[in-house]
Amino acid sequence: MDPVIFTTTAIIAKILVLLGVTLGVVPIMVWFERRGAGWFQGRPGPNRVGPFGLLQPLADVIKFFFKEDWVPANANKFYYLMAPVIALVAPLAAISVIPFGSHIIIGDHVVHLQLANIDSGVIFILAFAGLEVYPVILAGWASNNKYSTLGALRGSAQVVSYEISMGLALLSMLLFYGTFNMNEMVTWQSQSLLGPIPSWGAFLNPFAALVFWISIFAETNRLPFDLPEGESEIVAGYHLEYGAFKFAAFFMAEYCAMIMASALLVTVFFGGYGFLPGMQMLLEMATAQFGLAEVGIQNVTALLQFISLASKVAFIMFVFVWVRWSLPRFRFDQLMDLGWKWLFPLSLVNLVYSALLTWYMN
Amino acid sequence: MGTINVSRKYTLAQKIYLYYIIKGMLINLKRFFRGLFLQENWTIQYPEQRREYSQRFRGAHFISVDKNKTENCTACFLCETVCPAECIHIIAEERPEDENTYGVWKEKKPASFDIDLLRCCFCGFCEEACPKDAIKLSRDYEMSVATRDEAIFDLNHLKREVKGRG
Repeated sequence: MDPVIFTTTAIIAKILVLLGVTLGVVPIMVWFERRGAGWFQGRPGPNRVGPFGLLQPLADVIKFFFKEDWVPANANKFYYLMAPVIALVAPLAAISVIPFGSHIIIGDHVVHLQLANIDSGVIFILAFAGLEVYPVILAGWASNNKYSTLGALRGSAQVVSYEISMGLALLSMLLFYGTFNMNEMVTWQSQSLLGPIPSWGAFLNPFAALVFWISIFAETNRLPFDLPEGESEIVAGYHLEYGAFKFAAFFMAEYCAMIMASALLVTVFFGGYGFLPGMQMLLEMATAQFGLAEVGIQNVTALLQFISLASKVAFIMFVFVWVRWSLPRFRFDQLMDLGWKWLFPLSLVNLVYSALLTWYMN
Repeated sequence: MGTINVSRKYTLAQKIYLYYIIKGMLINLKRFFRGLFLQENWTIQYPEQRREYSQRFRGAHFISVDKNKTENCTACFLCETVCPAECIHIIAEERPEDENTYGVWKEKKPASFDIDLLRCCFCGFCEEACPKDAIKLSRDYEMSVATRDEAIFDLNHLKREVKGRG
């Protein structure tokens, strides 16, 4: 086949797979969040629509679809309509640099399982993660509502204070890996630290992993840091004036951002698509069972790598839900206190520690 | 308005509070698995499952009838008089002799007997006041209506058959 056509097809296929998986996980997450909330709180949760209530998200979508599309009279219409679009696009764009497997071999072509293998992957993802605060500000300001504006102000203050510790935690890991490329990071992490334990970022620098983990909660506006939404205080915060499908877009964006943040956390700190324990055994079993050649082994490896990444991301997503139904919301001053007085200085100290450790190791 | 600072003694673990957060989350994880695998629920599935209320529960009113489906009410106005919410409205009239051929002839009967459920406070005084055991409160607690007019129970509705009481 013509390599140009093949490459184009491969890229389109990768885009479709990434979009399909991300947007396909959203309704499952919505379902799990609501059903899981029920299990956490000793009640069954939504169980009426479909088996186990699995069609509940579909019913929600139908409801959103047929609701009146309403724009507040004094809203700035352009920015008001733009906010949900940015909210949805930013995390989806950021996912494009996450590697979800090494490579597969089709015929004599090698397809790398990463949409954009760019050298500045981390910078790219940080830029788009940072863009996530813009829809909050835009939506809050353009709605021309006091509660929305309060939510937007809280959101911006929160993201500014957490992005610094998040960046510093990431920086300390960049010192270890010595690269901005996400794919090389994963390869670096697959080497052995102590016998069978791989040198995952979380083992090398657990504190940075913790800071980063806390920061992504703030970054995605999830409990315990959901101050921009704060139902009990400011009604619904920045998306108060949004109804119908525009609200659904914000809702989807929240889950896409969670998926993106989890994938980033896994890639930087938990070995990305690196095998989970037991996967290597599975691969050897499959090889022996089907008598796979080199090409087949590589393709099965890629599949297992994808499964590894998916299970790791699924675990982080579970923690998102788990934390949401366990911890109450922080007060605003407590949030600022935690961000500036604890995480920021500690991650600075951690950065120095990482620099010294890297220097010593080299 | 100043801030009131309540001084509390915190231990180091409480100050860091990561330890206690993890401890609390583990308790919640136990709840999650009990909900997931054992279906341990504190709620009931309402329309299918119903909560059993006490025998003395005071719900929607009804008027007891004899075997000829004639109401026991003699329109004595005791319930209307005792009602603290003034929700009972009776118009009395004479009962024709041929309408009640057996037993005691009840001379009076209600021409109309309306209970405004929106005013009623379900105190049960009418039930206590009634000398004929005519008006009673059932254990039926589902009284939602779509319009205000439907919330006014007339004689026809009050004479409905009620199971388990009366």
